[in-house]
Amino acid sequence: MKFMAMCSSGLGSSFMVQMNIEKALKTIGAEGVEVDHADLGSVSPAEADMFFVGRDLENSVSAFNNVKILNSIIDQDELVDKVREACDELGIDHSA
Amino acid sequence: MSGFLDILVQLFRQPSILVALIALVGLSLQKKGPSDMMKGTIKTFVGFLVLSAGASVVTDSLTPFGTMFTDVFHVQGVVPNNEAIVGPVLLEYGTTSALIFFFGMVLNVVFARLTRFKYIYLSGHVALYQSAMIAVILMVAGMSQWEAIFWGALAEALITTVSPAVVQPFMRKVTGNDDVALGHTGGFGIALSGWVARASRGNPEHSTEHINVPKSLGFVRDSTIVVMLSMGLIFLVVALIAGPTYVTENISDGQNYVIWALMSAGQFAAGVFIILAGVRVILAEIVPAFKGISERLVPNAKPALDVPITFTFAPNAVMIGFLSSLVAGLVGMAIMGVARTTIIIPGIVAHFMTGGASGVIGNAQGGRRGAILGAFANGLFITIVPLLLLGVLGDIGTANATFGDSDYGVIGLYLGYLGQFGGKWLIAAGIAVATVALFVISILMDRRSATSRSVANVESAGVSAGS
Repeated sequence: MKFMAMCSSGLGSSFMVQMNIEKALKTIGAEGVEVDHADLGSVSPAEADMFFVGRDLENSVSAFNNVKILNSIIDQDELVDKVREACDELGIDHSA
Repeated sequence: MSGFLDILVQLFRQPSILVALIALVGLSLQKKGPSDMMKGTIKTFVGFLVLSAGASVVTDSLTPFGTMFTDVFHVQGVVPNNEAIVGPVLLEYGTTSALIFFFGMVLNVVFARLTRFKYIYLSGHVALYQSAMIAVILMVAGMSQWEAIFWGALAEALITTVSPAVVQPFMRKVTGNDDVALGHTGGFGIALSGWVARASRGNPEHSTEHINVPKSLGFVRDSTIVVMLSMGLIFLVVALIAGPTYVTENISDGQNYVIWALMSAGQFAAGVFIILAGVRVILAEIVPAFKGISERLVPNAKPALDVPITFTFAPNAVMIGFLSSLVAGLVGMAIMGVARTTIIIPGIVAHFMTGGASGVIGNAQGGRRGAILGAFANGLFITIVPLLLLGVLGDIGTANATFGDSDYGVIGLYLGYLGQFGGKWLIAAGIAVATVALFVISILMDRRSATSRSVANVESAGVSAGS
């Protein structure tokens, strides 16, 4: 399974979200998920099982079905919830 | 023995190898297994070479453009795009830049540990670009490589500690807490936006978020598309003014001038794309290690993150700020045209990133009026700064691209002007003074907040005693 965080240049904020997703996966006790980050321009929907973007980028990912929109990209509690949702949808086991 | 030393020196002169070694240090600090360590180190090594390849693609597209611009307008035209300039700079000053970047991060943690400014600068990409610029300025001023690394790392740590601190009072208004900070080379311009928005006395209740902004502007989010479109327009306009015969005879080797303009803009965008990919790979192993270590060593550390963290708070303000900043850039360009100076062509990516954040900061401080005026001030700032900066960058300053954000100007001009007045030792003195000032200010602010806290305690005690 692969999760991918995206932002416009794929350098700073998506990288932060990636690290926070990794932290969230540990929080909920999910294993075997690879996490990466990228810019909007170079990724197709098939390249990951679930994408994560901030709500300001919602319109740029309308071609994606498998995407979680984050109301705030610095809110770890929200991210944990969204990561848990993603795991449930994809059938990834987690302990919390 | 000297043969061995020679090989060692040759190894360290290769920035790609040096950066790979820094990644190896990062991976071992994260206690990764041997296979992860090997993967990460090799990826970083190749990533740097990817970046170098992108640099030549960008340079190839910009050189004929520079010739044409100068022939047509009789002044130099410069595009402020951080990726476009950092590639060529790293080819020439790679080892020094990489070491300034690395020790700059280390010193940033030290400063965060020892002062009240607990900002850990996690935007590795702009920190790398800024280190590269500092390397150029110090070497141009006559420092040896080791002097440049020592003083450069100190300067880099200073600006990465101070820049988030300057924006933080305004960030608190946006995020509603004091837990995250803004770490970006646009910091001073964004803080300027906050100050202007406060002075404009706009009402924060009149928020940009109550306006309906057309969704069709969403494409500016994709940096490849926006770089291609903006550079395409710039190449096309200059080619049209130069005229078809000039282009086919002097520049394009017979190719139609419209096709040439489109292909060159596409090549520029492709070069930036390649450089971005290289930077992404380089940072992937270094930043997490830095984050992990700083969290352990600095209690109450505040991560200073890239500008888009502000964008979700007020998406409309991002668009309004971008447009306002861009208009300021165009106004600035017109003024430069009249004044016959070198012309700074508005860098769309810089105006979007820092203008967008300026809009959000301005909106939280002074509503719509604050967003528009604040971002406009930022736009003017990031147009003037690159122009002044060209003078202190030596040969790099005559290239057709330059660094585009406000902090490059703040630290670059400080160091550059000190160098022009008093040479390398005045620069060293200037950095030493600034370091001492950082600690003194930290102590004074600690005292002031301690007294105001005790006053507040006395007052609240008085109130409770009175009731």
